[in-house]
Amino acid sequence: MATSPPKSSARPEAVQGNPPAGAGTPLDFPLGDFVYAAAPEATDHVVIADRYDLFIGGRKTPPLSGRHLPTLNPATEEPLAEVADGGAADVDRAVQAALAAYPRWSRLPGSHRGRHLFRIARIVQERARELAVLETLNGGKPIRESRDFDVPTAAQHFFYHAGWADKLEFAFANGRGRSLGVVGAIIPWNFPLLMLAWKIAPALATGNTVVLKPAETTPLTALLFAEICSQAGLPDGVVNIVTGGPETGAALVRHPGLAKVAFTGSTAVGKEIQRTLAGSGKRLSLELGGKAAHVVFDDAPLDQAVEGVVNGIFFNQGHVCCAGSRLLLQESIAEPFLRRLKLRMSRLRLGDPLDKNTDIGAINSKPQLEKIRELVASGVAEGSHIYQPRCALPERGYWFPPTLFTGVAPAHRIAREEIFGPVLAVLTFRTAAEAVARANNTRYGLSAGVWTTKGSRILWMSERMRAGVVWANTYNQFDAASPFGGFAESGFGREGGIQGLREYLEFA
Amino acid sequence: MTIPAVLKTPKLYLDGAFVRSESGRVYQPEGQVNVPRASRKDLRDAVRAARSAQPGWASRTAYNRGQVIYRVAEMVEASREELGRALGGGRRARLELDASLDALVFFAGLADKIAQLGGSVNGVAGPYFNFSMPEPSGVVFVVAGERRPFSPLVTHLAAAICSGNTAIALVSQTEPLAGLLLGQALQTGDVPRGTVGLLSGLGEEILPWVGSHRDISLIDCCGCQAQQWRSLAEAASDGVTRVVAPETSDVPLSPRLALEMTELKTVWHPVGI
Repeated sequence: MATSPPKSSARPEAVQGNPPAGAGTPLDFPLGDFVYAAAPEATDHVVIADRYDLFIGGRKTPPLSGRHLPTLNPATEEPLAEVADGGAADVDRAVQAALAAYPRWSRLPGSHRGRHLFRIARIVQERARELAVLETLNGGKPIRESRDFDVPTAAQHFFYHAGWADKLEFAFANGRGRSLGVVGAIIPWNFPLLMLAWKIAPALATGNTVVLKPAETTPLTALLFAEICSQAGLPDGVVNIVTGGPETGAALVRHPGLAKVAFTGSTAVGKEIQRTLAGSGKRLSLELGGKAAHVVFDDAPLDQAVEGVVNGIFFNQGHVCCAGSRLLLQESIAEPFLRRLKLRMSRLRLGDPLDKNTDIGAINSKPQLEKIRELVASGVAEGSHIYQPRCALPERGYWFPPTLFTGVAPAHRIAREEIFGPVLAVLTFRTAAEAVARANNTRYGLSAGVWTTKGSRILWMSERMRAGVVWANTYNQFDAASPFGGFAESGFGREGGIQGLREYLEFA
Repeated sequence: MTIPAVLKTPKLYLDGAFVRSESGRVYQPEGQVNVPRASRKDLRDAVRAARSAQPGWASRTAYNRGQVIYRVAEMVEASREELGRALGGGRRARLELDASLDALVFFAGLADKIAQLGGSVNGVAGPYFNFSMPEPSGVVFVVAGERRPFSPLVTHLAAAICSGNTAIALVSQTEPLAGLLLGQALQTGDVPRGTVGLLSGLGEEILPWVGSHRDISLIDCCGCQAQQWRSLAEAASDGVTRVVAPETSDVPLSPRLALEMTELKTVWHPVGI
């Protein structure tokens, strides 16, 4: 299964390869006189309703709040549907449904719970293309990524955790553990279906029931997932989905019926949740922001490293909490590396997310686009040098071109703050010790990357970089079997692997 | 007058194909049905197929192996009726099939967890990164035995192949029909050819050649009588072939069943600039 974000499809020979010695700026190279034909993915097999209600107790339930919110296609700004805006009373109904379903679900033999999860995994696979198209329509990410990464990895999470349900007694030395109760899961808009899977699969495998609050801008795949739960014959109330905005999420966090909150999103909201739950005894896992250092040593295979850096920051338009947003280049290779990187950036294709050749899709929402613009403007104002390849942006929709900053000082905002967009800040270093110091000069600690051909140096760097995941000679790899999560202000708790399972169990 | 039913000839499952014994011989353990009586040559063919299939099967991702085994479970569930008839129907058949499905699903889900359950990072006293991981032994021979006709066979084959071994089983001598039918689920479940071979016949003819076969890496004696076990283990000592002891009663599903069919590898790597 392809779990790594796919590389861009091959380009014709004429525009590939290393720049010849003495070349000037990257754009001196012929771009070629070919034009790519459009290759749009079909959407006619995807049915989108005009209006969606909540999914509570296994039934489509109109919101007590009486409110609905529009949800858009960020690539066109056209409305796709209206979804319910759940209020506190709706959240309460959903939690009550989850509480009612909990005793029976938690007492089912693990092998039975596993059978349910295997069914869900299979249906996610069977309806994979539908989910991928919907994810791209609603979120703006390239279809190549939703089709080859988001949906297959979500299916993998259900398969993987299905397999734990009948093996809990073998997972931990201190006994099989007990389920917690109702889990409130709040997920972000950058990987809507995948984040849903990261929360729901382990919660259900261990015998908990769930109330899920999808992100305000990307609710549609979660609502299709509700249909999948029904199709799979999952007992009513085991999974409940309450769409809405920040108020809906806040009501869920405050609900006394929850045993645990699992949150993925911004550090600011994560802190608020931690404060709200302080002293309540409720379990909490937080997967928050990041400002990952991507370190390239002078002995790294440069072409591969360029691909890794491009993947690290431009995957999903940079809407990735573990994006490699700070590139640390060893001084001796900075100049040739940047030349190759700029050339590679000039070849990225930005446009229709439904086009199978698109590398960079739409920015998820208008507020996010404004945030990226504001931070990029601060980079220019603070004196960094900006590079953007010539890149035609579509007239409608939310778009931002791939952007590179050089001459960045560690104190600049673009080196400190999470931009969550296709913007890379480049710094340099001379020694490994200096690379570590610069890499760790952040309040975050989610991920890090290191490129070198020397194995001992990979391990030396890994020991010293304060991050929950370190990718060596690769980047942005995800697998259900591999724990993911951060140090410091990137949150706590892990998702995936045996360690992720532990977050949903308590031990005597 | 009723039309005579079209009956299915039981066949061995070798290298992904359904074949009669090369010896041309059959025996009649269950009424009027002619069951292939595999020869030493059939065993050798099965081992050769399993050995050549093993690197390819092991190089698939654990997740993929798990999905393939899950697909076999789907196929077994879909052929419940035919398998149930082969098992004589009734409660016993149902329990046998339930246990087999539980085992297939269990080991399907274990494939991508073996590394975490059987591996470790070892905190050695020096600047080294040191880790251990289980890896497949190679070709496993399963003696399914006579205690039950189907579930031990399915359980031990699934346990063997989930980690990347390939396997050959000698199905029950007295009730071989359901065991041979498993080949259909394996073939239609997209298990690559050679990954599992199924032999039927007489233990006294086949087993003497198993213990000393240098291309068999491990012998799972789960269904052996004490005397069979001793003979196999004695012959196995010639090539230091691994032997797993018989089960005398029903054993609950456990990762141990799969882990004892693996080897452990430890890797050292220095840490430094």
